Amino acid sequence: MKLAYWMYAGPAHIGTLRVASSFRNVHAIMHAPLGDDYFNVMRSTSERERDFTPVTASVVDRHVLARGSQEKVINNISRKDEEQHPDLIVSTPTCTSSILQEDLQNFVDRASLSSESDVIPADVNYHRVNEPQAADRTLEQITRFYLDKALKRSSLDRSVTNVPSANIIGIFTLGFHNQHDCRELKRLLGESGILVNQVIPEGGSLNCLRDLPRAWFNTVPYREAGLMTATFLEKEYGMPYISITPMGISNTADFIAQIGKLVNVWASALSEKRLNYKPYVENQTKFVSQAAWFSKSIDCQNLAGKEAVIFGDATHAASITKILVKEMGIRVSCPGTYCKHDAERFNEQVQGLCDEVIITEDHTEVGDTIARIEPSAIFGTQMERHIGKRIDIPCGVISSPVHIQNFPPGYRPFLGYEGTNQIADLIYNSFNLGMEDHSLDVFGGHDTKGVSTKSLSTDRRDINWTPEAESEPNRIPGFVRGRARKNTEVSAKQNNIPEITIDVTYAAREKSSS
Amino acid sequence: MKTLEIPTFECETGNYHTFCPISCVAWLYQKIEDSFFLVVGTKTCGYFLQSAPGVMIFAEPRYAMAESEEGDISAQLNDQKELERICVRIKNDRNPSVIIWIGTCTTEIIKMDLEGIAPKLEKQLGIPIVVARANGLDHAFTQGEDTVLAATTHRCPEYKNNHRTTNQHEEDVDKHIAADVTPNNKFFGEKSKSNRSNLVLFGSLPSSVASQLNLESRRQSVSVSGWLPSQKYTELPALGEGVYVCGVNPFLSRTATTPMRRRKCRLIGAPFPIGPDGTRAWIEKICSVFGLKPEGLEERENQIWRNLSDYLEIITGKSVFFMGDNLLEISLARFLIRCGMVVYEVGIPYMDRRYQAAELLLLQHTCKEMKKPMPRIVEKPDNYSQVQRMHELQPDLAITGMAHANPLEARDIDTKWSVEFTFAQIHGSINARDALELVTRPLRRRSDSILGCRSLSRQTAGI
Repeated sequence: MKLAYWMYAGPAHIGTLRVASSFRNVHAIMHAPLGDDYFNVMRSTSERERDFTPVTASVVDRHVLARGSQEKVINNISRKDEEQHPDLIVSTPTCTSSILQEDLQNFVDRASLSSESDVIPADVNYHRVNEPQAADRTLEQITRFYLDKALKRSSLDRSVTNVPSANIIGIFTLGFHNQHDCRELKRLLGESGILVNQVIPEGGSLNCLRDLPRAWFNTVPYREAGLMTATFLEKEYGMPYISITPMGISNTADFIAQIGKLVNVWASALSEKRLNYKPYVENQTKFVSQAAWFSKSIDCQNLAGKEAVIFGDATHAASITKILVKEMGIRVSCPGTYCKHDAERFNEQVQGLCDEVIITEDHTEVGDTIARIEPSAIFGTQMERHIGKRIDIPCGVISSPVHIQNFPPGYRPFLGYEGTNQIADLIYNSFNLGMEDHSLDVFGGHDTKGVSTKSLSTDRRDINWTPEAESEPNRIPGFVRGRARKNTEVSAKQNNIPEITIDVTYAAREKSSS
Repeated sequence: MKTLEIPTFECETGNYHTFCPISCVAWLYQKIEDSFFLVVGTKTCGYFLQSAPGVMIFAEPRYAMAESEEGDISAQLNDQKELERICVRIKNDRNPSVIIWIGTCTTEIIKMDLEGIAPKLEKQLGIPIVVARANGLDHAFTQGEDTVLAATTHRCPEYKNNHRTTNQHEEDVDKHIAADVTPNNKFFGEKSKSNRSNLVLFGSLPSSVASQLNLESRRQSVSVSGWLPSQKYTELPALGEGVYVCGVNPFLSRTATTPMRRRKCRLIGAPFPIGPDGTRAWIEKICSVFGLKPEGLEERENQIWRNLSDYLEIITGKSVFFMGDNLLEISLARFLIRCGMVVYEVGIPYMDRRYQAAELLLLQHTCKEMKKPMPRIVEKPDNYSQVQRMHELQPDLAITGMAHANPLEARDIDTKWSVEFTFAQIHGSINARDALELVTRPLRRRSDSILGCRSLSRQTAGI
């Protein structure tokens, strides 16, 4: 057993449901007790989804516990089939069904005899994988199912499209700014002369899946989900894929260079003109994206050498680290991710960009690291935003887990050239707020607020401050106050001083400035 | 009409959306200040707690998950050792007065003997450990609180019976005195009467609401001797023979039976103090048990109704449909009918006809008095069928869970999130306004919404 207060990645079935409900006309039936259908709440509130979430539960209650599900799951599947005529019903296991060890495959086999919909069991092991891994797997499973089906019926069209085209794989519901990213990605491809063949799973229709192989190549914008599908398509259908996330100027340039490479391979084969993407990249970087100019401007100069801590999923944390370090000259003391299964690749990505790397699923470890480093800004998930609130450090949210704030109706992509603008705003605003706070402090703006201790631990009161000395740190600007206070306490401890008087604070300050 | 229309109960498939009962920790840990709630379950439970009931997780809550791993499920790890390790850590970190274990579906299925392990660890740790099985196999949403309170009932100190005899004695003395002095002498009257009543109320309410209800009953010279739960675990009320208990929430049927059967308390079956009508009926019932004549209740109720007139204007004649997910539905429906609304359907997860008998009777009376049809009461509703029915009935307001709220709004049916009734302060006469504030919000908003935008749904087939 593990003591846990918070988790970054959800349980496996959430990943499956996210993929299933992103496709058009797919229904998921969970084998779960009452109350486990909270995915519907998340989707309906966070995404402000206007349609009923196509997820129902085949409820596990005492009767099921005693006698097994028997006909219940099958009846529920046939009932959904009659009521809503979905193209596909995904029977989704949960922790409960995995402990009960009921044979979902058997239920599915029997149900599919009578139902017009296709029925498949999500092949996800609750204990072994988490939400993004399950999403990755389910997407591959559905894709494979429909391609195999088309192959059997020989309705598979394997000829590539006349013009260069690509599939976008891995855009789905409850993803961090996924809808906006998708639009930006389509634009990026469109401007590079690439036709978007299909986007899956979001809004994807199962009948069209058989046309996936018609694209020249696949793009997988996020590492968390989509890679399995891309590798499957590469292996079975010889489709190359690009797994570079076009986030930030240099990553986007790399992404387009990759496109160029792939397209031009075919261009020579089809004896067509080679496409040159260099002018496009240059033009976009100089004029469409303001980020390059921004990093040269005085604003960004002021950020140089400031410290930041980054935490999030592997895709976003790695890309943002790269942007901060390489494109803005900000020091990233510690990037980190909760995607333990992708740790190796993450380390590789951020190598040489930072002092230390943190890979953990424990939010207190992240909190303690932040408190220790005391960066000027944090870029993390909603959890880090709250950590930042408590210790008075501004935070920009760059990755899921998210809440409703991270589903803005306005256009906020993180990918592509417009994405670079958005990210520049986000970063600059986070730091800028910190600076504003600081100058207010310097000029005595709001000196009424108490000493910010900038610490997460509660047992700090092991050393006494006289009231006089207590008021001393108040004169120090807020953003260095915590550090000054800590230095004073450390120096007092080293010198075995039990109580901090005004003299001690001065002595400590002299010592640290010398 | 002499005979009342007998309420008909229907029962559907139970395919409905509600919160898992473990969500009760979200409000109970705040209510019981020195407690720590440990939910023994899986990632599914943990993710639910952090994503559905809200963001309270960020305020360093006094609850956590003991997350079962594969080794626990296959019994490679020893449950007792594992729980001991975790509870020792909790004791060191937080030093609570009680640790409440919430058993989940997982602990039920793998038959983890929480009730057996708890006393052993309790001895070892020196902290009381209360076990409540609030799982989705057996319960819905607010019933979680019911399981916790029922389990806590066993921990209430024993009410001393000899105390009662002294009471009896005092009572007699008081009677003599009361005979001598004028009945208007309030001080004496109050004292003698309040000594007579040993009333413990059960149901978790914010402390301000609890003291409002205390005040309401004190007005009638009934003093409340304690609440289950109390603000602190160490201050649990005494239970025993001679103690009367009364519920303030309709979902507490287990908690109602436990003091009766196990602690020899007497249960007062009353309607619930929701709405001015409910509050009055509640007080009247309590008074009648203690043989008191309630004073000024009618005047007080009328006063409250007069204060509500602006809200009543909005909702009178409007129709409402309860999809059902938190067991407050019968009381709310009764209150809204009294406000002049028409209730089409009352969905409810579970209907305890004995515990809610008084409330059901009041509902019937209210329907008769207001000349409104008796709503159909649907136990274990089927959400899909309900949406079909709603499509036909086109109610002015649907009171529903969050999973359906946005989709219904997109289909031009105004909704109110039912969960808000669980967290808002709706008990007592004073809070009737708050309850109506919630009900009328979607209806008030209506008038300023964008014209010409009827249905905004994207789904083509069906509703």
